[in-house]
Amino acid sequence: MNGILRLLKSSVGKKYLMAITGTILALFVLGHMLGNLQYFFDARWINAYAHHLQHLPYGLLWVVRAVLFTTIVIHIVVGVLLTLHNVQARPGYEVEGTVQASLGSRTMIWTGLVLLAFATFHIFHYTVKNVQDFSSIPEVNYISSVTPEGLPVVETETVITPDGNGIIRPVATPNVQAIMKTGFSVTGYSLFYIFAVGMLMLHLSHGVSSVFQTLGLRNEVWRYKLNCLAWLYAVAVFAGFASIPVSVLIGKL
Amino acid sequence: MSNEGRSYTLRIWRQKNRNTPGKLVDYKVTNISPGSSFLEMLDLLNEDLVAKGEEAIAFDNDCREGICGMCSLTINGIPHGPERRTTVCQLHMRKFEDGAVITIEPFRAKPFPIVKDLVVDRSAFDRIIQAGGFISVRTGGVPDANAIAIPKDVADVAMDAAACIGCGACVAACKNSSAMLFTSAKASQLNRLPQGQAEKDRRVLLMISQLDKEGFGSCTNYGECQAVCPKGITLDHIAKMHRDYAVASFKNVFGKVL
Repeated sequence: MNGILRLLKSSVGKKYLMAITGTILALFVLGHMLGNLQYFFDARWINAYAHHLQHLPYGLLWVVRAVLFTTIVIHIVVGVLLTLHNVQARPGYEVEGTVQASLGSRTMIWTGLVLLAFATFHIFHYTVKNVQDFSSIPEVNYISSVTPEGLPVVETETVITPDGNGIIRPVATPNVQAIMKTGFSVTGYSLFYIFAVGMLMLHLSHGVSSVFQTLGLRNEVWRYKLNCLAWLYAVAVFAGFASIPVSVLIGKL
Repeated sequence: MSNEGRSYTLRIWRQKNRNTPGKLVDYKVTNISPGSSFLEMLDLLNEDLVAKGEEAIAFDNDCREGICGMCSLTINGIPHGPERRTTVCQLHMRKFEDGAVITIEPFRAKPFPIVKDLVVDRSAFDRIIQAGGFISVRTGGVPDANAIAIPKDVADVAMDAAACIGCGACVAACKNSSAMLFTSAKASQLNRLPQGQAEKDRRVLLMISQLDKEGFGSCTNYGECQAVCPKGITLDHIAKMHRDYAVASFKNVFGKVL
């Protein structure tokens, strides 16, 4: 127990926490981005994907949400603690000089806080759905797959009506594609979203390569390659996320 | 390049002692040879000040050959000045254009309290070394040379780490005042060699613990330390220390290191 306490109290131990939680979150945004890209396919793709996520067995959806929430809380709390400690350690110069520290590395706390604000708004916008009224968008039939002949398979469910009769009807699911389109057609929301994923790009550009350094998995040869890799990762995530509001905004022109 | 004397406006941090607030004071220097070192330029200024009956500017220096690690000036916001891989004593005035305004501050960090003017107390570094930057050996007869075989590449990397002169520029440059480059170099020079293995886990745990106690910030991988290090110590050593610390902590949780 003493060993664990010593580790958690040390600055290096806190950085391990940042690296591990950061890795989980970086992988999450990549997965989230790839899932979102289904927006550009036939509507049944992203609608079925969303339906699956919402109906994971054994309450897995809440397990995933709990894990993500805990990860984010640890990442933020430890990040803020480390930042406060770092600010205290440095009295500051009359003339500040920077030789090579990247913009991303110098703004981690700020890009991080922007992302916190954005993520909160984003959840209320598209998950809780109480920022904007999406109720006018009708639900659609849940199309789970396509037959070899190319015909959509509409999932059905049996419902017992109050008078005791069973009826078979198509499973209704939210039209996620239309909701995204409606959400992003508000220019302000789209611009905020693009700004936020831009901040995410900056955050990842330092964070992804920093993970390797903090976990000790880097040397002078790999350092520059990993820095490039981190930027590629960051730009890919940015481009993937931003493509959707950009396409909606272009569509409005 | 002209060899005529150059003139500069120096904005130098003056502070009476640890507890008195300091401020930047402007001085003019003229007829400075481009070939003179930065410290020689300050010597000239001090001679002028003493001749005028004013108090000389206090600054640390010793070998003036770039190997002792005493000089500790931050010039225009960059520890040891604009030239890479040099200490201030090896920096020459030809690097500064005639008429330039040069701001000179001490190495700033909370764990490096200012003693006077440009002199800071870096004994926090000594305490980090005392915590684990050594090996315990029985002194006695001199062991045979090459009694312990060490591969050349391992010896080279350990030697790179041992090049650290402990000047503190890494801390002064770090935007978090982190001492990870220094500490990792001092741990690495021992952890990489057979003689250092016996105390490796204790060493990293105790040195990091002391580093935190001294109030240094944490490393966020800016790379500023490596950029200003006069001895070219790389972030490799920090990565190595992160690895060693993880292993030592793991052992300390499930076994007993300390």
